[in-house]
Amino acid sequence: MKVEEKLALNVFKNDKESHIKIHQDICRKKCLTRFCISVCPAHLYSFNEETKEIVVEFAGCLECGTCKVVCKEGAIEWIYPKGEYGVQYRFG
Amino acid sequence: MEKIDVVIVGGGLAGLSCAYALANKDLQVIVVERGDFPGSKNVTGGRLYLLPIKKMTGDMLDGAPFERKVVRERWSLLGDENSFTIDFTSTVLREKNHSYTILRSSFDRWLSEKLIEKGIFVIPKYRVDDVLWENDSIVGIKAGEEKIYANVVVAADGVLSFIGEKAQLKPAMVPQNYAVGIKEIIELPESTINERFNVGSSEGCAHLFIGDVTKGMFGGGFLYTNKSSVSIGIAIGIKALMDRAPLIEAHNLIDSFKERYEIKKLIEGGVISEYSAHLIPEGGFEGLSKLFGNGILIIGDAAGFALNMGITVRGMEFAIASGIIAAETILKAKEMNDFSQNIMSLYEKRLKETFVLKDLYAFRKIRTFLENEDLFSYYPRSFPELIEKIMWFGEGKKRKIGSTLWETMRSTGMLSFKRLKNLYKIKDI
Repeated sequence: MKVEEKLALNVFKNDKESHIKIHQDICRKKCLTRFCISVCPAHLYSFNEETKEIVVEFAGCLECGTCKVVCKEGAIEWIYPKGEYGVQYRFG
Repeated sequence: MEKIDVVIVGGGLAGLSCAYALANKDLQVIVVERGDFPGSKNVTGGRLYLLPIKKMTGDMLDGAPFERKVVRERWSLLGDENSFTIDFTSTVLREKNHSYTILRSSFDRWLSEKLIEKGIFVIPKYRVDDVLWENDSIVGIKAGEEKIYANVVVAADGVLSFIGEKAQLKPAMVPQNYAVGIKEIIELPESTINERFNVGSSEGCAHLFIGDVTKGMFGGGFLYTNKSSVSIGIAIGIKALMDRAPLIEAHNLIDSFKERYEIKKLIEGGVISEYSAHLIPEGGFEGLSKLFGNGILIIGDAAGFALNMGITVRGMEFAIASGIIAAETILKAKEMNDFSQNIMSLYEKRLKETFVLKDLYAFRKIRTFLENEDLFSYYPRSFPELIEKIMWFGEGKKRKIGSTLWETMRSTGMLSFKRLKNLYKIKDI
């Protein structure tokens, strides 16, 4: 099963506003590794070749915070979604 | 300015246990939880060991929704194409209440309902944004425009603890101090689980894996049986993921793990019903945050109370114990009417007298020991290879067992000076 299909099994209550902000200037200037793309368990990060930007699909976020830890450059500004938003685990 | 006694940030096991120990003591206590209900943002592997916390929990866990009592412990070394498993069971595991598998969404929710019955306020859907300072003391929390003033703020907001960070207790998060757990819930009929894992009703199995499951990286796989589902997943060191060349996409590891022959039949016909991920504090004793400040205590994962012991990873009983001990400290502070760090420091003192800091201290060297990558690649390959050679009966004459053992151990480098020297370090852990 693809990771997108797995995410579709979860209960998400999504905010319109993203809880993850990416500072593209830092990505462009300082990042050679793009760890965010490979570590995210939900595979939400990608690199848009046209715009040369890191893109994140915040709506499927499992709220683990791995991306925040691997981004040593501090390009990822990550906070919890507002109360009542985000993933709601039914099993956990 | 109205001031309550205690505001607990986070309705996980640490926060709820703290609140439980404060119930019926004439204190105003509020628990705030960012999810829809306590448990809705929590994930465990996982299992809870009960004996370390038995004396302190009193009646707290009476009637708890445990999934299964673990009566079978399995541990596998996964080579690329073979594996070697230890399967342990005993009367004592079956007769004593040693450890139970749980699911946090139902477990934490159940505990919060028990709290509400005791008159504790539990406010869900409430994200705390900041702490309130008065000089060098924490005097409350802020959520949006709303402020709650309290004599004590308890940071129980989990491994990412933004409160611990804002209160200047938590060190910066470095990759080597954390692992990421990725897990699936696979539903199977209760009777199927009993049969496949060779356990009775309400009895279960805990199975850990190292080797090919993480492609040799620091970490492992796990499989815990719940009542009518299994929790299956991997936990992998974040630094190991970053050091890997070429990089491996973390989410693919769980799929290749499930494809393994050893796993496939166990979960066949099961229905995946949830996909989750969570960080695990793995910094051990050295990775702990400062545990108290003026008007604040930090408990559970937020403080870094988790311990990878190689043979198992523990966290939840540390969370519960630290929550209860924090409550004892708060009661003392209330009695003295002093919420400064003079009294708050009793929390650390008491933790040192319990398994929480005793175990974390005693196992402080295990992290360096586990950093030996042989444990995740060389040994999980070599042991099954050894067994394969012994168990194989080919066309020609069967070679003597002892000499096969000796020759394989020598030729694969198991007896090399470097490996024996590393093995010698086992005495320290």
